[in-house]
Amino acid sequence: MSLRLLKKTLLRLGFCVAIGILLLYAVFPFYYAVLTSLKPSSALFQVSYWLDKPDFSNYTAVLQQASFLQAIGNSVFVAICVVALALFLSLTAAYALGRVKFRGRGTVLLLVLGVSMFPQVAVLSGLFEVIRALGLYNSAWALILSYTIFTLPFTVWVLTTFIGQLPGELEEAAIMDGASPWVALTRVLLPLLWPALVTTGLLAFIAAWNEFLFALTFTLTDQERTVPVAIALISGGSQHELPWGLLMAASVIVTVPLVLLVLVFQRRIVSGLTTGALKG
Amino acid sequence: MSKLQLDNVNKQLGGLRILRDISLEIASGEFVVFVGPSGCGKSTLLRLIAGLESICAGDLLIDGRRVNDLEPRERGVGMVFQSYALYPHMSVYDNIGFGLKLAKTDKRSLRERVLETARVLQLDKLLQRKPKELSGGQRQRVAMGRAMAREPDILLFDEPLSNLDASLRVQMRNEIARLHASLGTTMIYVTHDQVEAMTLADKIVVLNAGRIEQVGSPRELYERPVSRFVAGFLGSPRMNFLPAQLLAPGLHSAISTPALGQLAALPFDSRALAAGSPLTLGIRPEHLSLQKASGDAGLRVVGVEYLGCETYVHLDVDQDEPLICRCAATAEWRHGDRAELRPEFAGLHLFDADGNCLPRQAAATASNPASALRQGCA
Repeated sequence: MSLRLLKKTLLRLGFCVAIGILLLYAVFPFYYAVLTSLKPSSALFQVSYWLDKPDFSNYTAVLQQASFLQAIGNSVFVAICVVALALFLSLTAAYALGRVKFRGRGTVLLLVLGVSMFPQVAVLSGLFEVIRALGLYNSAWALILSYTIFTLPFTVWVLTTFIGQLPGELEEAAIMDGASPWVALTRVLLPLLWPALVTTGLLAFIAAWNEFLFALTFTLTDQERTVPVAIALISGGSQHELPWGLLMAASVIVTVPLVLLVLVFQRRIVSGLTTGALKG
Repeated sequence: MSKLQLDNVNKQLGGLRILRDISLEIASGEFVVFVGPSGCGKSTLLRLIAGLESICAGDLLIDGRRVNDLEPRERGVGMVFQSYALYPHMSVYDNIGFGLKLAKTDKRSLRERVLETARVLQLDKLLQRKPKELSGGQRQRVAMGRAMAREPDILLFDEPLSNLDASLRVQMRNEIARLHASLGTTMIYVTHDQVEAMTLADKIVVLNAGRIEQVGSPRELYERPVSRFVAGFLGSPRMNFLPAQLLAPGLHSAISTPALGQLAALPFDSRALAAGSPLTLGIRPEHLSLQKASGDAGLRVVGVEYLGCETYVHLDVDQDEPLICRCAATAEWRHGDRAELRPEFAGLHLFDADGNCLPRQAAATASNPASALRQGCA
């Protein structure tokens, strides 16, 4: 009997240790970033894993930079526009792809998926030409356009799957009630798709918020830059000094809103995974 | 309450002909049931009338007006779906009122209409509930309420009771019958349950492989099926079919069957057929009675199903399926007994090789059974 108990205890202990290692592995880089951001620059290169006295000088320094605040504003604007645009387009596209039977539907879906497999670098030069031709260079719309292009395949694919799972009779009932396709989509299907919209919208937001390559390529001035580029371009007193403290403080500042967003919508995301259980 | 007319309606889907030349008239206020095996096109026909599917050829007329190209809402039809398809995020009140709201009905009359519909369906106390807080029967009633709220001229039901359990199904069936009596709306009802069809319908339309097999009252269809298909489709247990051969063609036919021996002067006109043509004799289980046979005479009992109110006795006739005879519950038949068959001659049906019923001689039915010859059992 006691042998079994021992075995059980050991197993549980091993499990806890495994969790601990995993947790350390996942969280340590972020912990260290936060730690670094709270150190004065003089203490930066003393390796320590605990903080005796938090020092907010990095934060005040970053927040006093007008260009950084401007970048945050730009990022918010770009990300919100991308989410709104991508959700609108993908919802209407998903309605067509998931509900309407037409020739070549499978091909279109595969094409959508195939396009999303190209790496960003592959389309960078082509996209640059498009943006120049449209006269969008060095404007937030250049980023909104390019991010939407890269987000759409994912959002279309996910929403198509979700719409396809909703019972077809629901929409037919709406049609019998006199609803046009637009009304059926917005008043009957949309309320059932909220969890899916929140999930995909959040992922689109994160992607737009963190994007670096396009942001670096398509913008030139501080007025138009987004946060990832602005952080990368924070420079120290001399050419050879990297202001780690400032970088880390800026990173923490731009990550907190994301964490908050996820926490706020957390319940929605979870219910998004079980939306099939809600059949009328 | 309006007249519906289908004129040579055809439907094709990807080269497959689902409905062929359907012509049908449905009078105002009638309760019509479409029945048929799965895949016969009955649901498609209903959806064509609703406007959810397009008509490939032919005309659909409501009150003399061609409605082929009209939207569902313009046709004045309401539909109850098999899965109810209630809007899960709306209360019962909003579910019923959705169509009225879309039709831009003003608030007060919308409220009146919803409350009136709810009262008729006894949903008054449930108006604020969401569909997931309702039982199956209540959901069914909400689905009907939603279809009724806009006061359509024609109500369509697509197997509305198939998701309910047996006792609730009987209850809802009666409720639909009551509703039809009180509203007087034309109703078209699709089902594969023949009890629903028989009890509800003024007129049954039997469909088979995209064609109308027979249209008529439940009694007509049950007692005078025009084809072997209809005869076999309605009735449970189904009609017994025995292979037979025409002995002498004429106004009255003489046939021979291995199971029943020779039968003469049956009231069927077989002048169009040659002697020796293969036929099928149909007889329902309730038109057979059994008598104990002595020794090896008669047929062997191979199964007995006791149902409480009656007993089905299965007899071996050297076919894949046994002959079934409906007997009183008190009959004491056992496996292995020998029984002699006594068919009721008025209940016989004779079908030709194509499955069509031979023309029946109405006058002969009454005068001839006594003179019909029966020469023992094989």
